[in-house]
Amino acid sequence: MTDRVELAQNAAGRMVPAMVNGKPQIPYIGVGKYQPRGRKQAPPIRSNKDFPENGDKRVPDLQTALRNCGLRDGMVLSNHHHLRDGDRVALMALEAAARLGVKNLMWFPSASFPSQQGAIDLMQKGVIHHIEGSMNGPLGDYCTQGNMRGMGVLRSHGGRWQAIQDGEVHIDIAVIAAPTADPFGNADGSHGTSACGSLGFALADSMYADHVIVVTDNLVPFPCIPWQIQGNNVDYVVEVDSIGDPAKIVSGTTQITRSPDRLRIAEFVARFLRDAGIMKNGFSFQAGAGGIALAFVDYLRRMMKDAGVKARFVRGGSTKYLVELLQGGLTDYILDGQTFDLDGVKSIANDPRHVPTSPFTSYNYHGKGSFASMVDAVVLGATEVDVNFNGNVVTHSDGRLLHGIGGWQNCLAAGCTILAVPSFRDRIPVIVDQVTTLTGPGELIDVVVTERGIAINPRRQDLLDAVKGSSLPIRPIQDIKAEVERICGGKPARPKLGDRPVAVVKWVDGTVLDTVWQVG
Amino acid sequence: MTVSAETKPGRSAEAGHWGKDIRSDLHVALEPRDRGGLEITLESRVAAYYGDSIVAQTRQVLEALGIKHARVSLHDEGALPFVISARVETAAKRAGLGAGQKSPSDKLPLPQPSARDRLRRSRLYLPGTEPKYFINAALHGPDAIILDLEDSVHHAEKDAARILVRNTLRAVDFGACERMVRINQLPLGLEDLAEIIPEAPDLVLLPKTENPQQVAEVDRMIGELKVRNKIDRPIWLMPILESALGIENATAIANASPNLAALTIGLEDYTADMGVVKTVEGRESLYARTRLVNAAKAAGIQAIDSVFGDVGDMDGLRRWGENSRALGFEGMGCIHPTQIPLIHEAFAPSQAEIEKALKIVAAFEDAQQRGLGVVSLGSKMIDPPVVQRALKLVARAKQMGKA
Repeated sequence: MTDRVELAQNAAGRMVPAMVNGKPQIPYIGVGKYQPRGRKQAPPIRSNKDFPENGDKRVPDLQTALRNCGLRDGMVLSNHHHLRDGDRVALMALEAAARLGVKNLMWFPSASFPSQQGAIDLMQKGVIHHIEGSMNGPLGDYCTQGNMRGMGVLRSHGGRWQAIQDGEVHIDIAVIAAPTADPFGNADGSHGTSACGSLGFALADSMYADHVIVVTDNLVPFPCIPWQIQGNNVDYVVEVDSIGDPAKIVSGTTQITRSPDRLRIAEFVARFLRDAGIMKNGFSFQAGAGGIALAFVDYLRRMMKDAGVKARFVRGGSTKYLVELLQGGLTDYILDGQTFDLDGVKSIANDPRHVPTSPFTSYNYHGKGSFASMVDAVVLGATEVDVNFNGNVVTHSDGRLLHGIGGWQNCLAAGCTILAVPSFRDRIPVIVDQVTTLTGPGELIDVVVTERGIAINPRRQDLLDAVKGSSLPIRPIQDIKAEVERICGGKPARPKLGDRPVAVVKWVDGTVLDTVWQVG
Repeated sequence: MTVSAETKPGRSAEAGHWGKDIRSDLHVALEPRDRGGLEITLESRVAAYYGDSIVAQTRQVLEALGIKHARVSLHDEGALPFVISARVETAAKRAGLGAGQKSPSDKLPLPQPSARDRLRRSRLYLPGTEPKYFINAALHGPDAIILDLEDSVHHAEKDAARILVRNTLRAVDFGACERMVRINQLPLGLEDLAEIIPEAPDLVLLPKTENPQQVAEVDRMIGELKVRNKIDRPIWLMPILESALGIENATAIANASPNLAALTIGLEDYTADMGVVKTVEGRESLYARTRLVNAAKAAGIQAIDSVFGDVGDMDGLRRWGENSRALGFEGMGCIHPTQIPLIHEAFAPSQAEIEKALKIVAAFEDAQQRGLGVVSLGSKMIDPPVVQRALKLVARAKQMGKA
């Protein structure tokens, strides 16, 4: 890691590095301000002559595939995270690369998981130089303690697509885990013992990488129907015994929270959508798979039923609770970015109204629009939100990396962005004067729902007017903050952050929104 | 981890809980010594934010208890200040230090005193050693919360619960909820009273009450403590009848003190005493419950039902509540916040009842204005007791926000 890093102040007032991993950066200049005019990147031209006429692209193992793709020192190797904590393919690929003796790879997963902490060993051995992708658990600590040689780069799902298509990240070799594939490389996620639903996060990798390897444990004769990854983009197909641990790929049952405080938050969110008039025929919403979000969907389902309201579409992360809406006639479609449980996987495999999407359709900011801004309301979490409604989702209040950004930043484009958060966790207030790491600008965050009340961003007078006369506890954000600080015994001390950047948070347009500093 | 209260004076002692599944609590290990001052070490998941404040608060509590020299090791799981004080004080007392001294937490202003006939549809039980449930309990809108020192507290933790509940009454904002405490049976209950009465709870529940003398003894002790602590607001009593003998003495108990606000029943102990099986229909306790209601009404106080123990069975809860109201009960206990809205619905009069009562009240007011002695509605004459019942029902419905 470089010793001295030039810093510049961006439009959010945050100090950010001018150079990251040898590449010059553009500091964040505001929402909707940065609009590059260049052309998109493209992979090299290939000829059918170089690929088998019978379409059989199988090679015996991953090591052979990587060698045939010309793997060498310093290359960028990518993976997707649809198999979540059950994934075996990413480490399989990195270890195969280690056996080939290459060094200084940049690993570019769409997200990393605790089960992939073997990557730490590979960083120490010099096989991996650094990671650009979400890091949490042991990998997050490794990065925030300043042990990684390069800087971490955290991007949203849409931002990852943007970075690939705009040429900020050039993928040399994409290794795509596929729950079902044919020898030509057509691949899909909704069938097989390792089924995970949508494979949308791997789509950009398959289209823009120089080389693409599909790894499957469920090889079917051509054609693999349906296919989400097109074999025409694929160089090699590798068959393995198992691409992942099914128990950790999808949860058997996603659990609604049983905490009465969290149920109260979920009910407030649903009532807010109803009382603000957002819940009406033809509306749309997105909610994740966290305990509060699931409970919210369950409350909303009952309110929709009582009011005779039907949604046009809902956006996943799909779970049993979204599937219930679809099957109960309360939505026309599920547009699914990732599939969290068995009911979701079954539904996406069998119901044509449950449609896999990708970060391109849903989230990419450098496109001709995306679904994110067409969604009426989105319900998100956060680790911190400040009195100006700025949100932090990537670090603990003590500065350690906690979460990836996921689709969080992209979802802020929705008509009404709601953060559903407890007002404090373990004595640590969630509403603060200033977020530790800026992940989402306050001008895009409309409502903060806590168990002690609901704060509406003063910029949204329309929402304030809409819920006038509602029995919901609408309160100024400062008011909730003051109450929580009284309960917690005063304002928490500001943790001491280091002065050395270990990672950056990108905004959806590729500019640098904030810096993660070395801790401890 | 649970630690025993049986520690010899001047010896090492522990209090509180820590571990992976513990939240909002603090574990204190205290080792008295003769010199060297106070040496405090802390491990906490919130150390970066509140570490200094936790150590300073611990020092303050120890100094208030007159402890100058001790080695103290703190394991914090995000405990709030009132919990920290309580755990440190408990450890000190268990070590035989600070006898007769207290170091209570900061005190909020007392809420409005509670009225004898206030709404008591739901009372949420909070185990007296589980601080994580206290802070948000009022948000769920029960009519009352009960800080329990009795059955939910292990006998080795009675001292800890007493100090924690005392601090809770001082420091936690329970909003519009009536603040109830369930003490232990006498004589242990007398020690509970000495600790909690100075904090002016609104109501004290007396478990396993079997005769009026027990009520009188508690009443006398509360009276003395009120005088000594200059408390001039009511502290109501609610005896819990939990045995065949208690039920037989219901009338005498209901008339044992002018400070009684209600009688209630404990069905787990009652059915055990009777040697019958407790069912969701409650046929086996019908006599006891109706007898209790009758005794309470005869004494002009409220009758409050037991709890419904199956948190998962919402239909069963609704049936129990509706049946309970039909028998004359005005509320019941709850063991989980999700039971509260259903209980409030079950104990609310129906819209049809309210409308009918409103008509009767209107007819009554009309007759009053016109100086008529007889109230009539359409072609029917309305008897005075019917008018009285309608007036009560409308008043209650207004309290519930229904009329």
